[in-house]
Amino acid sequence: MIELKHLCKTYKTATQDIVALDDINLNIRDGEIFGIIGLSGAGKSTLVRCINLLETPTSGEVLVDGESLTTLNRRSLLKLRQNIGMIFQGFNLLEQRTVLKNVCFPLEIAGVERQAVRKRARALLKLVGLDGREASYPSQLSGGQKQRVAIARALATSPKYLLCDEATSALDPNTTRSILELLRQINREMGVTIVIITHEMKVIDQICDRVAVINQSHIAEEGKVSEVFTNPQSEIARDLIIPRERTVLETEGGKRLRLKFNGETTIGPHIAEMILACQAPVSILMANTRELEGVIYGYTIIELPTDRYQAEKIIVWLNCNGIPYEEV
Amino acid sequence: MHFSDIFLKLWHAGLIQKGIWETVYMTVLSTVIAYLFGLPLGVILHVTDRNGLRPLPWLNRLLGFAVNFFRSIPFIVLMVSMLPVAKFIVGSSLGNSAMIVMLVIAAAPYIARMVESSLQEVDTGVIEAAQAMGCNNFQIVCKVLLAEAKPSLITGSVIAMVTVLGYSAMAATIGGTGLGQIAIVYGHQRSKPDVTWVCVLFLVVIVQIIQAVGSVVVRRSDKRVRQ
Repeated sequence: MIELKHLCKTYKTATQDIVALDDINLNIRDGEIFGIIGLSGAGKSTLVRCINLLETPTSGEVLVDGESLTTLNRRSLLKLRQNIGMIFQGFNLLEQRTVLKNVCFPLEIAGVERQAVRKRARALLKLVGLDGREASYPSQLSGGQKQRVAIARALATSPKYLLCDEATSALDPNTTRSILELLRQINREMGVTIVIITHEMKVIDQICDRVAVINQSHIAEEGKVSEVFTNPQSEIARDLIIPRERTVLETEGGKRLRLKFNGETTIGPHIAEMILACQAPVSILMANTRELEGVIYGYTIIELPTDRYQAEKIIVWLNCNGIPYEEV
Repeated sequence: MHFSDIFLKLWHAGLIQKGIWETVYMTVLSTVIAYLFGLPLGVILHVTDRNGLRPLPWLNRLLGFAVNFFRSIPFIVLMVSMLPVAKFIVGSSLGNSAMIVMLVIAAAPYIARMVESSLQEVDTGVIEAAQAMGCNNFQIVCKVLLAEAKPSLITGSVIAMVTVLGYSAMAATIGGTGLGQIAIVYGHQRSKPDVTWVCVLFLVVIVQIIQAVGSVVVRRSDKRVRQ
């Protein structure tokens, strides 16, 4: 288990102190895939780097399997890092080494015997679907393949934990999906606990068991992915689940309403029913809704008819049917 | 084309050929020895930098000052001022050994800066990845920094060697040997331009060979640009 207790990180610059993390408390359980989502600058990269002490926290504790990292001496810390693999947005492969030698690298560092190193590296490349590419250099691989090499490399020392820092942010949607599938496979088959840092909700949605939403150096909320999705408590979580759209079509119609579906409305043809019931036409200017476990989440922006009587009917209908709205 | 008597005498006595050899030998040996000092110095400059692996501002500033100090002195002046040092180290302020001392003193700081800038090109993300794998700083220097910067380091060594070649010709003015000496003593002081031009020709050829060999080695060693 990874426990973060009252973790704070402040960067001192000449003119001011910048708070990157402020009193972060998190428990990451063995065997789970834990997501940490936030906008850029929220502090999530600093947070993940505090887990293996690439960044030293200003105060607070990092406990890995009960052992406090901040009190370890340098040698023990380096040893412990071999139990925490890490992959990055930029892959960070050694460009002058072949794929095979890249995977061998952490084993060489760990002082594993040469023959065993090669054997293990080959097995890992097979696992990530890159057998046959051992002799290639990173520059000859696609982004997805590079990340697979990085994953194989991160797993070389059989770590119990794997940290992923925006590991799919530089990849296209299809490659992202295949990399996430690979991570899930590794989690299930090898029992590796995975921590994923991302700004993309779909990454959390696809593979995480639990999620923490980080905003302005704080944990805004934390919980099971299905719960946070269906019933987000914080403004930031709502924004991340359904990104705010600012561009609404310019029209000359009547009032505009944003119908809000906050997980309290079950699935159904609500707009169509409203039009039929009120016998009044509306324009749908924008809609961004998604369905999760039988309820709708998101919003629809509609434009009411210019006729005041018809518009009034629609508002009454919305009130009666318990669909919250606001004028926009 | 008509060659002067002096040129023909020099050529038949094998002195020009000997000059070529001396130039090559002094250049290569001086560069190699200069790297023995310049490479570690460059690594230390990089590692102790504010954003380096092991920031040590006082050491970085001290070494940086020393390097800048030697680099700001024109070679010809440095050479004259270092004569006593050469005498102390090799027992004489004349001859090739003394010249090699001067060349090393002049080239090592230059090489240190070049090594430092080659190491700066290594992606910090790769260093971070190595740290995350539990590498200590020594392992990062050897297995990441130097290994990843290899093509750039080789390019730098070619530039360094050509610079040392230029210095070695200048060293002739205070008792060095090689093509520089022949050009100055026979070509310039005895006004035999054909001797000078032949020396120039061979110097150009040597530089071209160093450059060509260097380029091939760099191309072979750099794995980033294949296909």
